[in-house]
Amino acid sequence: MSVLIIGGGQGGYQTAFSLRAEGYGGSITIVGEEPHLPYQRPPLSKGLLLGKQQERHVFLRVAEFYEKQNIRLISGTHVQSLRETPVSYEWLVLATGARNRHLTCPGAEHALYLRTLDESQAVKQRLEAAASVVVIGGGFVGLEIAAAARMLGKDATVIEAQPRLMARVAAPEVSQYFREQHEARGVRVLLNSFVERLEPNAVILRDETSVQADLIIAGIGVVPNDELAREAGLAVGNGISVDEFLRTSNPHIFAIGDCAEYPSRYADGRVRLESVQNAVDQATCVAKAICGKPEPYTAAPWFWSNQFDIQLQTAGLAIGFDQTILRGDPTSNKFSVFYYREGILKAVDSINQAAEHMTARKLIAAKANVAPDQAADAGFDLKSALL
Amino acid sequence: MSKITYVSSKGVSQTVDVLDGDSIMEGAVQNNIDGIVGACGGCLQCATCHVYVDEAFLPKFDEIEPEEEVMLASTAAERRPNSRLSCQLRVRPEFAGCIVTMPDSQ
Repeated sequence: MSVLIIGGGQGGYQTAFSLRAEGYGGSITIVGEEPHLPYQRPPLSKGLLLGKQQERHVFLRVAEFYEKQNIRLISGTHVQSLRETPVSYEWLVLATGARNRHLTCPGAEHALYLRTLDESQAVKQRLEAAASVVVIGGGFVGLEIAAAARMLGKDATVIEAQPRLMARVAAPEVSQYFREQHEARGVRVLLNSFVERLEPNAVILRDETSVQADLIIAGIGVVPNDELAREAGLAVGNGISVDEFLRTSNPHIFAIGDCAEYPSRYADGRVRLESVQNAVDQATCVAKAICGKPEPYTAAPWFWSNQFDIQLQTAGLAIGFDQTILRGDPTSNKFSVFYYREGILKAVDSINQAAEHMTARKLIAAKANVAPDQAADAGFDLKSALL
Repeated sequence: MSKITYVSSKGVSQTVDVLDGDSIMEGAVQNNIDGIVGACGGCLQCATCHVYVDEAFLPKFDEIEPEEEVMLASTAAERRPNSRLSCQLRVRPEFAGCIVTMPDSQ
């Protein structure tokens, strides 16, 4: 009995943890590419950059944990091919994650990226000496970095090609609110702006505008690490293709987390998600399957982002929505946006409303429908839809 | 550094040193204590660091903020009057000797 887990991030760690919690007595090996113990990524663009969180607190567990649980951890090792794995296995779990999409414009080498602990530390170090920071990309990570830079007293500019921030994941109302909040705190937000080239201390836009920057950071999305699966002949789409049990086209090989594309009842199609919730819940599902208790993966997705003192929480998947309903007043800094497709509730964004978000998680998981006119009525008790 | 005692749901207790300024959740992770998960890393997103605080020490900790209150409503194990999320309990010297009991599920 043996499990090999390729990938030492949140999903890989959680698979090993959940296997032992389920009573799995076989050997467990985690092979990770980075030279660190498994750690959490969310603080890298938030608390760690700000110095509010210490580095030792990003690690999910101390080294003794792995020894005590008899989990073999091989760090700093890149697996080249599934034909030559460091150990043999009965079950293989691919938790290989994703990597940053890189800029391809002239001068691209002047930009830093932030996905790993080492990259976060490099950005933090460079931030200390920088007076001005330009972030390319107005998604979660880019906006979190811009907020951190501003909180550290730097001039901060966000450059986004789309006409609004977080365009891929959020409704226009949410984009507008975050733009206003960033601008009110001194972040310069440039929308519809395309990067032409980078110079060591400037970003040149297509219209030849030059934005000066002591530090340039790009957060323009990620690419799934699916090469191992591809080379092994496993089915690959936008990430490693898995079924509802998170099995690849080889039933002894699972794929979870950022690298896996799975059929989601919340998307009415296949999705690949990049989140802590997705990594943890998929890892738990796979551990159960290996322990002889397979169940389809049905956990409801949720996400969060902290920018300045603002918390954005999402329940469900805002994919292909055709109607959005605003609940509450953005000027009060507490509101939600309900996303519908053909009258069915698909997702809820909650801004500074943790209680409503927790109710939304339950609504989405239960596939409970709150009608658009009910959502718009701030007096309507959302919990009544759960009864 | 303050001595904190973690008691498992089966009654096994472990007393360890936790750095002042660290949370009770972080203290459990640093000392390799099972029973506290902390999946979100202390961001008040997951309610998997639920503990029952010894009654004598309960008043010494800061009061429950609304955000913690929200998540305490979503704990896997029963919520009790002495329930807290341990990521919100920052250790200070006056907490030395504090005892927390971990629930049977997170």
